[in-house]
Amino acid sequence: MNELIAILTELHDDVDFTTETGLIENGILNSLDIVSIITEVSDRFDVTIPAEEIMPENFDSAEALWALICRLDED
Amino acid sequence: MLNNILQYLEATAPRVPDKLAFSTGTEGLTFRELHTHARCVGARLLHMGYNAEPVAVLMDKHPHTIATFFGALYAGCFYAALDGDMPVQRMGLILDTLKPRLLIYDKKNAKNAQKLLDQGLFGGIILPWEDLCYAEGRELTADDEAVLRAVRDRQIDTDPIYVVFTSGSTGVPKGVIACHRSVIDYTESLCEAIGFGEDTVFANQTPLYFDAPLKEIMPTIKFGATAYLVPKMLFMFPVKLCDYLTEHKINTVCWVVSALTMISSLGALESHTPKYLTTVCFGSEVFPRKQYDLWRAALPEARFFNLYGPTEATGMSCYWPARDLAPDEVIPVGKPFRNTDLMLLTEDGRRAAVGEEGEICLRGTCVTLGYYANPEKTAEAFVQNPLNPHYPEIIYRTGDIGRFNERGELVFVCRRDAQIKHMGHRIELGEIEAAAASAEGVRAACCVYDASGKRIGLYYVGDTEPAALTKALRAALPPYMIPAFCEKLPVMPLTPNGKIDRKGLRERAENREA
Repeated sequence: MNELIAILTELHDDVDFTTETGLIENGILNSLDIVSIITEVSDRFDVTIPAEEIMPENFDSAEALWALICRLDED
Repeated sequence: MLNNILQYLEATAPRVPDKLAFSTGTEGLTFRELHTHARCVGARLLHMGYNAEPVAVLMDKHPHTIATFFGALYAGCFYAALDGDMPVQRMGLILDTLKPRLLIYDKKNAKNAQKLLDQGLFGGIILPWEDLCYAEGRELTADDEAVLRAVRDRQIDTDPIYVVFTSGSTGVPKGVIACHRSVIDYTESLCEAIGFGEDTVFANQTPLYFDAPLKEIMPTIKFGATAYLVPKMLFMFPVKLCDYLTEHKINTVCWVVSALTMISSLGALESHTPKYLTTVCFGSEVFPRKQYDLWRAALPEARFFNLYGPTEATGMSCYWPARDLAPDEVIPVGKPFRNTDLMLLTEDGRRAAVGEEGEICLRGTCVTLGYYANPEKTAEAFVQNPLNPHYPEIIYRTGDIGRFNERGELVFVCRRDAQIKHMGHRIELGEIEAAAASAEGVRAACCVYDASGKRIGLYYVGDTEPAALTKALRAALPPYMIPAFCEKLPVMPLTPNGKIDRKGLRERAENREA
């Protein structure tokens, strides 16, 4: 989780990703961020996020994204 | 005689009154509604005394916004659309250049409009769209029709339609002003080159505050086609976006490259192919070959076009109908539209030979009127044709370097200056530097672009921390201009001549860990 927070903070160093739960809803992440996150997650956690999982609810908070990574890692 | 773009709408509305003209997917306007709203707005503006002047529009990506644009034109005014996501500080800079007496806003931007007044950034009148549009008990009267007629009778095709603001190197955005004649010329030549028609169903991607949506708006009102204004949020979620295209049977897209590669690189193209697509136009950036090839393979029957052109020459100027390319060949930008002359000028002022590099210059009706209230910048880029010393003839110098390949197709080489294209947005790095330099605790700033990583980086010297600087930049610049990283340096590296070592910093950015 800490490593994920680090990835996100690298993109937006002025956002507190441990508490923010409206990354999509509040317009914090843009389309370029989504692409960067998917690439980084793939590199560092060896998890490929399939297109079907690239949905707002999976990217709205660091916690939701972490849950997705754990779920994909188990499969 | 066709001398006003509203004539397109006036011919189409009675022909297909109940057809959907513009829609978000959930809310839309038919051609009759669009026409009625626009005339109502126009008549109200005229009764309030607005005519032949700029009208600022602070509204969301919505069919009502397009009706407002046309409404301003009915009043013989010209519109300037503002991006609701940009900080009010930057809106203030634009309003200070434009000096409109009136700003029209929608519900979503009510707070921003009020902020502009409260912070003293705008000294005019603000009015909600709902007070101007067609509504019960607000039908058009004979008097309304008469004032609209009187204005139209006085209008000529060199009267302006819009002002589009682009990034400016000094920190103040530049407003490109274009007239009816240029937009008619663009509409006719674009439609002929790509082959739009009444059955075209567009999905618009670009925001309405640029010239880019003219590609969808103008053919839609000319032919009675339909354009969907895709909600911005969908461009983050490839499957949702593809499903939207299929749900609305979209057959034509004219998108920036990054929007197309988002779909193909994240793996949505094969499993959720937008199967109704028959025409794919792309532009504003170089299409990476791998992603381009994925699109060609997914839609083998579709026609693909590369489009290229500066805002200063009314949207797009060149097109390239896709042909088979050699494996490592760069996608060309092609040839100019009919009635546009593309002059590739060498540094010593002659037309470049095949294979030789030169500056891309454009000649023709497409050349816009210049930069609003900025004679100095206008004189730098809108210049007398150097090949014609005999009578006044203005051409536009793009600042882009290009060359012709053996097939006679234009190939884009690079920019001449510090302007970049990022996510389809035209950005002057100097504008970001100017914003950083005016942030508290910053002594020097240098902005670079890492083209391979598609990241803007900012290096600075000062007492502030990167997070605080990013925060300050967010208050001054639109989201797409915010650097991907800010890095504090003990001293600014200099070249032997004493200038900031931009090349060195760019390399540093390219080698920086993501």
